[in-house]
Parts: sequence; C-alpha cells; structure tokens
Amino acid sequence: MLLDRNGPASDPWTHSDGAAIGNIPLALVPWEALPEALANRAPGQQIGVVVPGSLAIAEIEALLPELALIAVGFPAYSDGRGFSLARRLRRAGFAGRLRASGPLIVDQFAYALFCGFDEIALPASSAGRQPAEQWQRALSHVGARYQRGYGDGGNILDQRRAKRLVQAAG
Amino acid sequence: MYRYDEFDERFVRERVAQFSDQVARRLDGSLTEDEFKPLRLKNGVYLQLHAYMLRIAIPYGTLSSRQLRQLALIGERFDRGYGHFTTRTNLQFNWPKLRDVPEILGLLADVEMHCIQTSGNCIRNVTADHFAGIARDEIEDPRPTAELIRQWSSQHPEFSYLPRKFKIAVTGAEQDRAVIKAHDIGLRIRRHPDTHETCYEVSVGGGLGRTPMIGKVVRDYLPKADLLAYLEAIMRVYNLEGRRDNKYKARVKILVHETGLADFTRRVEAEFAELDGPSINADPQEVARIAAYFAPPAYRALPEKSAALETARAGNPDFARWVEVNTTAHKQPGYAAVTISLKPIGEAPGDATSEQMRLVADLADEFSLSEIRVTHAQNLVLPHVKLSDLFSIWRRLGEAGLASANIGLITDIIACPGLDYCALATARSIPIAQAIARRFAEDARQKQIGELNIKISGCINACGHHHVGHIGILGLEKRGIESYQITLGGDATQDAAIGEILGPGLAAEEVPDAIERIVEVYLEHRRAGESFIENVRRLGLAPFKAAFLELDRAA
Repeated sequence: MLLDRNGPASDPWTHSDGAAIGNIPLALVPWEALPEALANRAPGQQIGVVVPGSLAIAEIEALLPELALIAVGFPAYSDGRGFSLARRLRRAGFAGRLRASGPLIVDQFAYALFCGFDEIALPASSAGRQPAEQWQRALSHVGARYQRGYGDGGNILDQRRAKRLVQAAG
Repeated sequence: MYRYDEFDERFVRERVAQFSDQVARRLDGSLTEDEFKPLRLKNGVYLQLHAYMLRIAIPYGTLSSRQLRQLALIGERFDRGYGHFTTRTNLQFNWPKLRDVPEILGLLADVEMHCIQTSGNCIRNVTADHFAGIARDEIEDPRPTAELIRQWSSQHPEFSYLPRKFKIAVTGAEQDRAVIKAHDIGLRIRRHPDTHETCYEVSVGGGLGRTPMIGKVVRDYLPKADLLAYLEAIMRVYNLEGRRDNKYKARVKILVHETGLADFTRRVEAEFAELDGPSINADPQEVARIAAYFAPPAYRALPEKSAALETARAGNPDFARWVEVNTTAHKQPGYAAVTISLKPIGEAPGDATSEQMRLVADLADEFSLSEIRVTHAQNLVLPHVKLSDLFSIWRRLGEAGLASANIGLITDIIACPGLDYCALATARSIPIAQAIARRFAEDARQKQIGELNIKISGCINACGHHHVGHIGILGLEKRGIESYQITLGGDATQDAAIGEILGPGLAAEEVPDAIERIVEVYLEHRRAGESFIENVRRLGLAPFKAAFLELDRAA
C-alpha cells in the first residue's frame, strides 16, 4: 500500500530487479544497479532508486539531480536511520519524491512527513492490519511540534514568536 | 517554576488522546505486541514482574506542591498508596492497571505533567542539579537549559527511534551534583576565560550499564545560543552511525569509544557546520521567556544567622545533627535548602507514601514557596526555607518518619527496585540496602564514618548507579543464587570515576559484613579530615582488597 498525506495513492513506479530498465517510463532500481540504469536511461525516462537507511549521503549526493524518486528502506519500524537520511537528502537539495519504504507504524507517519518524506510504501503484512483511515487519524493527533525546521510552519517556537509580535504590535 | 502555556497544554493533551488511540489499536489487533511495546514505553508504561509500572517524568526534578498532591492522589486511587522516586528523578507507580493509564495521564496533564519519554529508545527525562538556582557555587541556573531541552526533545520527529535510550543532564555549578559524566550528553555551564560569557562544556558518551564509561568533552565552550543546533548535530551522527546490531553496544558511548573521540568530534563538528543555526535554535526571546520562570522568588531580607535556630540547636542535639547533615547553604542569606531523607532505616530507598507526599506538599506551601525538588539520590528537597522555620519543619517531618539525619552518609543508599519489582533484575536490591542501613543505623557511627555513598543495582543495567558509588554493589544471579559483586572507588561528581571490583561475589547475607570490613580499613588508616573516597584514592585498592579477601576465607 502506498500512502501520502492525502490518503492512499496509486504507485506509478515499476520495480526493476537490475539495471535492465527497457522502456519502463518510471523505473525504480536497487542502489547497486543505479549507475548502470542511469547509463541505460532513454530520453524522457525517469529513474528512482531504493537505498538502505545506512547509505552515506556522500555516496549519492552527486547523483541527486538525476533522480526523480528515492525510496529509503526501513528494515524495521524501530530503525530510525531513515529519518536522518531523509533530512540529509533534503538538505543536499534533493527535490524529487522521497518515499519511506518498510513496515512503519501509523504513529510514525507524521514524523516521516516532517523529516521530508512525501509518501510511505507499506508491505502487505503491515497494511492489512493498519488501514488507511488509521494513518489519517494518526496525523490528526500530532499538532504543533517543538522543533523548528521540520516540515512546513506549525512549530511551537515560531508560533510563540508570532504571538509575541502580535502582542507587541497590539 | 516553569508553567505550561497554551501550546504546552495542547501538546500534552494531544499525547493523552494519542496514547488512548494506541491502546485501542493494540486491543483491536491493528498493532502487534511488538509494535505496541515502544509506544507504551514512550508513555512510561513498563510490564514488570507482577504488574504494569508507570513512570512519571519529573523534569529536572522540579515539582510544585500541587503536582506532588496529585501524585499522592494517583498513588491512592490507582496504586497501593505509595510511589518510588528514581535515580532519574522520576516517580514510579508499581501497581497501576493498563486500562487506568489513559485516565492517569489525564490527571497528570491537569497539573502540567506527563510520562512522555520516560522509557524507550529516545531522549529521556532531562535531569539537572537539584540545588539549581539556590547553590552558592552556581555560575548559572541550569533549569532554563533543561526546560528548553525538555521541549526540544519531546516527540522529536527525527530522534524518536534511536539505537538506544539517550540521557541528558545539565549542571551550572562548580560541584557536579547531576552526575553529568555518566550521561550520554552532559552539559556544564561555565564562563569562557576570555569573553567571560557563559557557555556549555559538552561531554558525550558517558553511561553506566554493562560497559560503564565516563563522558568525554567534545566542545569546551559552546556558545549558549547554538545549543539546539549542536544537540541536533550530535543526535544525527548518533542516529545514523550508532550500532543497531547489538543492543548492548548501541549506546552512544560505544560509538564514541569505537570511533575514537577525535574522529567522533570531527563528525559532529562537520554536521554542525552544515546546519543553519538561526533556523534551528530557539530565538533569544524564547530563551528569555523560559528563563523568566526561573527568576529568583521574592525572598525576605534576613540576617545571615537566625537566633531562633541557634537556640533550638543548642537545646536539641538531634535537631542540631539534622541541621548539620540535611541542610545546605542557600544563595540567599537567612535561608537554607532542606533535604528530606527518603532513606529511613529499614525502609525501601526512595519510597514515599501518599500521606508523606501530602505532608511534604503542605510543608512546601507553608515554608518553601510551594516548591519541591527530587534528587538523583532519591531524596526530596525543600529549596527555600527560612532558617527560623527549620525547627518546625524538623518536628513535622519527625512525626511522619521523615526526619532521618543521614544525607550523604552510609545509610543514604541509592538502590534500584531490583528483583522485588523489576522484570530485568537478576537479584534483589532493596533488602540489601535495608540490611546495610540496619547494620549502620546508629547515629554516632554514621557520624564517625562521614560521607560515604553506597549505590546498589539489581542487574547489569545499573539503574542504581553502582559503578559511581564510593562502594558499589551489583546483584547478579549465579546458578540460581543471588551473588553480589562489590566495587570500590567510584565517584559521581566532577571527579567522576568507575569503581573497581574488590573480589569474588558474595551471598546476600555476607554483604553487610563486607561493607563493615571496608569501613574498618578506612577508619584505621584515615588521616585527620580525610573522607572515605579521599582515603581510597590515597591508599589504592590493596588494603581494602586484603580485608575483603580475609572475609572470603572466614566465610
């Protein structure tokens, strides 16, 4: 199941086991096959890559402009490396789609969005137990947060500052 | 004291609703037990030996009388009429029912409290010097820093699924009363020698547990304004690079150790250099807003000495002794901080009944500007007491069994709950503490021995801080029998040190004799004015070891 902040979404990407991407318009390849897939790329064809959460940013940084999607693997919900990798990918200027791929739980949905992910790809075993409406409801439990720089607006420190400015003006 | 604003209030109410939803999803099978476990842990709910245990956060050990009364009420209504103060200055209830937890969280939110992140692989309740704001050796009050970190670390989107738990402590004084060197991050407020601005000395990689280590300094002088960005840099390096293959090697201390301090520091500094500080750090107005809550209260102008106190002391030796041992000089002339011992002889260290909590709350209202502190040594503090009120307080404490004059002495023992409660424990802790306290109960003897910290853990996880006890006791299980390992020479202060093992493990009933032998060596060899730990440092382990091994042969 694929989910974004608006609910379930259909996945336009086609997984390719290796670099043989033929004429698949949106081809999602494993990290090991990425250099070859990029070399094989036809005009107009878009490439996405599946990377492990342990990937060092330096290894992928130079390739970011070539990529339309990065799927960061979460081997388990308890392995939070992907959240930090997402932050570093966004800081390095990656502007394509960022996907968290693995057995996440609904309580991590808001965190993933705040860290720069656009969508979650869940294995069937998790998706079966955690229907899409639970993911939406979990978002409603998470309002403003204390940390600045995570996601758009809505952080408590900036809201306090805005309030102070209004009070000072009033 | 800090008070919640509308944002803090909403944040905590959202957590109550969120946890209720999580419990419902566990009950309907949406979440597996494995998936639910970290969620309940992050809300302070443990599954213990006999029941669920709820751990309530007491940020940097500061409580109002209203909050303490609410804890007393919760203890009566949902537990068995008592609670246990921990070495992280939290309060644990040992017998609540899971179905009652959302209601308890609601009652806590009513008094601006919560259980957020008192467990789990996340940033835990931040601790600070229990004499913050009142200690005479203080450079700057650590509480505004601790409150800023409390907020910043709550539900952090990036750092809530760390390799392992993460503990931060702050001190702003010369003497370290917050054990900062045994924390994943320890912050010490100090003045820069050239600019005279207050800065943070940042230590990383301290910790007790299976592999005890003393924290190492990664930054000598961090400008205060850069705090949150620098913490973010440390946490990101740890989150990405900390080991996840073995839970016993997952703390940041192992990363620092295996990477090497120089290389680890370089990685943190490289990450910090990439960050845009002004977009991450709290702005100066926010820092000032928090700091304003910790401004000194309205003290009365009083003389340095109180004639009433001196008269009462002269007429009552027990009271005089209590004043000498349990009170601490205050910044403000005419005031003192009172430490209330939760270590009466023969009781479980750190336990307080609901009645005792109410009495302390009443005393705080009458005599201490409604404020209470919890110490990592599992005692309570009335921070702002007029010297002339000490006698009344002592009498009222005595009626409730809370006037033990033993702070910092051999019977002021730190002990984890151990095998009487804890699912992780390998041996009992509380009965060992009780037996030692009974052995040394006599006041004259305690006075003769002077300052001596005994710390007891019922398993290798070291919640009882045994590694940094002057005498440490670690309870293990060997072939189905409890066995106690004794260490010597640990130190929890600015001279932090890990104790060394004296010899083979002992049976529970042998422990008081062993402690007695160690103390005898000290009393025999000490120079005038030399404390136990100074004596151990001067003599080294050898004479203590010899006495200890004699005991082994005698047994």
